[in-house]
Amino acid sequence: MSGLSVRNVTHRYGPRTALDAVSFDVAPGRFCALLGPNGAGKSTLFALLTGLLAAPPGTIAVAGHDIRREPTRALARMGVVFQAPTLDLDLTVAQNLRYFAALQGLSDRIAAGRIDRALHRLGMAERAGERARALNGGHRRRTEIARALIHEPAVLLLDEPTVGLDAAARAAITDHVHGLAREDGLTVLWATHLTDEVRPEDDLVILHKGRVLRHATAGAVARGAPLTEVFLGLTGEAA
Amino acid sequence: MTPALRALRAIVTREALRFLGQRGRFLSALVRPLVWLLVFAAGFRAALGLSITPPYTTYIEYETYIVPGLCGMILLFNGMQSSLSLVYDREMGSMRLLLTAPLPRWWLLLCKLLAGTAIGVLQCYAFLLIAWIWGIRMPWLGYLTALPALVVAGLMLGALGLALSSFVKQLENFAGVMNFVIFPMFFLSSALYPLWRMQEAGDLLHDICAANPFTHAVELVRFALYVQPNLPALGWTALAAVAFLGLSLWGYDPARGMMGQRA
Repeated sequence: MSGLSVRNVTHRYGPRTALDAVSFDVAPGRFCALLGPNGAGKSTLFALLTGLLAAPPGTIAVAGHDIRREPTRALARMGVVFQAPTLDLDLTVAQNLRYFAALQGLSDRIAAGRIDRALHRLGMAERAGERARALNGGHRRRTEIARALIHEPAVLLLDEPTVGLDAAARAAITDHVHGLAREDGLTVLWATHLTDEVRPEDDLVILHKGRVLRHATAGAVARGAPLTEVFLGLTGEAA
Repeated sequence: MTPALRALRAIVTREALRFLGQRGRFLSALVRPLVWLLVFAAGFRAALGLSITPPYTTYIEYETYIVPGLCGMILLFNGMQSSLSLVYDREMGSMRLLLTAPLPRWWLLLCKLLAGTAIGVLQCYAFLLIAWIWGIRMPWLGYLTALPALVVAGLMLGALGLALSSFVKQLENFAGVMNFVIFPMFFLSSALYPLWRMQEAGDLLHDICAANPFTHAVELVRFALYVQPNLPALGWTALAAVAFLGLSLWGYDPARGMMGQRA
């Protein structure tokens, strides 16, 4: 299928099992929240999805490309926003975006057009020449999201993208990415430990101690109760 | 232009912009060898007698002798500096950004290495220019024939840095590694004293210096500056470069090495 498919993925660090037969799919146009407490295995799953860890037992397919058999094609269809900041603070916003576009193999002409549009969309066109260091946390994150979309990926992966942001910036970024799934048909996987970033209509995967506890829409998982309580109940029970 | 070459250009440009943006780094990269050349060498000139050994055809002053060694020092520090920035990049996440580009990992690492080498070679030429102004001059053609030698030496020392960066887990540990790598490599080589002088001090010391790949890198540059090939030095330097590069590719293999343990 297009979108994202994770099947029976297991990963061990020595004797410790970080992921245990994890399976779920995310269809195109869907926003899927990967919800789990710290240490649930979210970052390990992201490292596997992005090829930073060797392909695991089980299969991972990005837009139909198996990460083991066609790693570069899978990577080319994937946009990633890492938990750690990855902007080069000494370079300008535009230089950061150009660097990434070139890594993705875009020609200068195509890259220039897309960077221009991306900066206009963010309302940051006049800040293109500023060093990334001058941006606040919210703008840095938005720049990173815009950068992750420059090569027009089918799947967007975000690993706790709102960490360290204030409430307004958090809400703005959560809205922005929901919009990307709804309007542009992107497949979004959004890792978080914050239940208020999840909407009832979103797909929800609750990950705890490396296992998938629930996989349905958030509304179906919560069944009318506040999601936070359901989440704490589930992960508390399983603890 | 193919995607692979675009990535190479982007990585080299990024390194160059970062280097130019950090003026302090540029200055310290130049001041370090100049201090050795202008202070250390002046003091040692009287103490050290040098006999005529190839590639020299006449008596030379000590300042002239240590110029290739100081070029080596620039490349050594530059290699360590770029690997330090790799450790920093990895902690900051930008290494992840690089390694998730849709290109083979060995190519991405090679691009990093070429970018670092280009910066190092430029620093060497800036240093050679100042030395020339100071009156330490090589044959004109030597400045041209030194280019491939500097590139090979830079690749070898950069690959060493790359290999170290794949195994060093944290920035804090890196200072220790620098001490255990830079100083022994530099002092146990022909950069400051010819090997025959080392032999006078002891056979073991001489053998260590003769086995040190840095010695071969320095000799390669020394001969090239006098428009003479030194095939054994070239061979050993290239061999060491390939070995260190192999080690770093192994270190950055997702199945083992650093990225795996940390993620």
